[in-house]
Amino acid sequence: MEAGSLAATGERGSGTARLRTAAGEHPALVVLGILIVISIALIFGEGLQPFGQTTVNGLVAGSYFALGAIGLTLVYGILKLVNFAHGDMLTFGAYIAFLFNVTIGMPIAIALLVAVATTAAVGVFLELAMWRPMRRRKAGMLQLLLMAIGLAFVLRNAIQFVAGTQPRRLDVDTTTSLSFLDLTIGRTQLILLIVAIVALLSVALMLRRTSLGRQMRALADNFDLAETTGIDTGRIVIVTWILAAGLAGLAGVLVVASTGSLTPNTGFQLLLAMFAAVILGGIGNAFGALAGGLVLGLSQEWSTLLFASQWKIAISFAVLIHVLVLRPQGIFGRARTL
Amino acid sequence: MSAIATTLPLAVSFDFLTAWGFWIGVLTFAAVYGIFTLGLQINVGYTGIINFGQAGFMAIGAYASVIFTVEVGLPMLLSLALAILVAVIAGLLIGLPSLRLRADYFAIATIAFSEIIRLTAQNARGLTGGNQGTIALELEQEEPVFFTDGWFEVSRSISDNILDPIGFTGTEFENLPLLLLAWILLVALVIVLNRLIRSPWGRVLRAIREDEDAARALGKNAFGYKLQSLSIAAALGALSGWLLALQLQTVNQDAFDPIFTFIGYAILVLGGLASFAGVMVGSVVLWTILEGMRFLDVGLGADKIAALRFILVGLILILLMAFRPQGALGKREEMVLGD
Repeated sequence: MEAGSLAATGERGSGTARLRTAAGEHPALVVLGILIVISIALIFGEGLQPFGQTTVNGLVAGSYFALGAIGLTLVYGILKLVNFAHGDMLTFGAYIAFLFNVTIGMPIAIALLVAVATTAAVGVFLELAMWRPMRRRKAGMLQLLLMAIGLAFVLRNAIQFVAGTQPRRLDVDTTTSLSFLDLTIGRTQLILLIVAIVALLSVALMLRRTSLGRQMRALADNFDLAETTGIDTGRIVIVTWILAAGLAGLAGVLVVASTGSLTPNTGFQLLLAMFAAVILGGIGNAFGALAGGLVLGLSQEWSTLLFASQWKIAISFAVLIHVLVLRPQGIFGRARTL
Repeated sequence: MSAIATTLPLAVSFDFLTAWGFWIGVLTFAAVYGIFTLGLQINVGYTGIINFGQAGFMAIGAYASVIFTVEVGLPMLLSLALAILVAVIAGLLIGLPSLRLRADYFAIATIAFSEIIRLTAQNARGLTGGNQGTIALELEQEEPVFFTDGWFEVSRSISDNILDPIGFTGTEFENLPLLLLAWILLVALVIVLNRLIRSPWGRVLRAIREDEDAARALGKNAFGYKLQSLSIAAALGALSGWLLALQLQTVNQDAFDPIFTFIGYAILVLGGLASFAGVMVGSVVLWTILEGMRFLDVGLGADKIAALRFILVGLILILLMAFRPQGALGKREEMVLGD
């Protein structure tokens, strides 16, 4: 219906209306176009090397947001839960890795695996203890929102109670970096960037190609209908939480390995940027979370060419509000996607 | 504190309960955040819009009134009025585009707005003092002007003429006038808002909360009413920010973290939804617990006590939403969050 009305205004003939119709049909191209225009302007205005370096930094920052955003977008899309506690799941994963990697002294790879498994287990526990009973009672949105916020408070401060507020770091090499054409990227950052892209693409493929993915999309579309058609919704929801929380743990460990700093607030500070990535890409869309994260990372880092760098976080929130207002369904969003 | 407390780390001292200074502090906080939460009540409890940006309006009220007093040199009440005006304009600016959004998107947009305000306060050092905050004085002038000067004059005259003669003398009661001011404002606002919500205007708000489409079908401009509701919340947030600045005597961006918006929500659900009087009760209960915990002498560091306070806020939110979604003192028939 929406497309029909847009076409009708297009026929009435003004050029801008036609342009708007075209833009509405290919939003991803529009975003790409805007990025290219900004790139060209920045290259001529600020020079190639600074532009290249901020682009590299932007891709790294974007991969933090994107990796953290997958779990958020899955839970938001499938369970319609705006999980304000997701950032604190990242923090939790990172502290588990710290416990095994630094306190106990195991290699980082093992600590990473333990962190992912533990965070996934916490996700499943919370589903069984909190979210499933609340769904049975047909809890409303504000009820769930405030419970998620309460959970975020409990998680973050339980971590602070046990581990204290002093900044921690994992036992990883954050100083080695690679140089290429005058551009530098930390080795850990490069690993993170690659892992983020691989993880997001695999989740996106899983959602499109596998039977599990199809069932998840069915739940996202209509939970009750999916249940009626014989999908074991309970099982799919558990799998969703294992994926979402496990990826949150992975994101927490990798982000902290790459930035070299961990406090009880680390995850919460990333939360709004992750929401921005999710909404920018369209809720429930894994490709979208990747694109949204990268666009957000680039806009933050490119903004440092024009403004003092302490403004970059405020700028990314301004981008979030603009996207919400201009295109609430996101770059790739139809009204609802997964 | 005492030798006994150090040898017996688990001893809990309740001496603070009889200290005037403690109760004056707690009850002033309760009134300040009560006014803050009245704004959330009119949004969430009566209009059904989820405002997560109340701390941002509080920040605008605090910083703008300081800047108008100290930098521009305006009198106290005019600065306050202008600060409220600025907050209302900010409310319109964020509400106009984002009130048309779905409720969850609106919540995210408003929390992003409040973070932009806080980060601006953190970074615009020339105007706000950045991370150190502003102690509200103009260093370039020969005689420094304090933001609190105007109020202290009033406060002293209240102490000298009213409180001292009836026995409330000494430094312990220094802040009693502010407590009285905050509570007079809070009670007056509760009375005014109660009238307002029972007026035809208030009935439309509640109709929008129950069923926005039905209200619209009856020819009510739901968007306009929501915008008015948000503007009132912004004004109340700004007023509470002014009071907070007077109480703390310094304005620092830490005080406007989104955490404080959610403390407002904890007050809201403790006192019950759709009840302005409940906000007063919820605020007194929550602040007594929060501030009382500072005095728990159980051998834990300040970090851990702070963590425990926020774990408690989190548990209040989780348990009440799970088992009593209308809030601890709320009436089920008036407002249930289940739908």
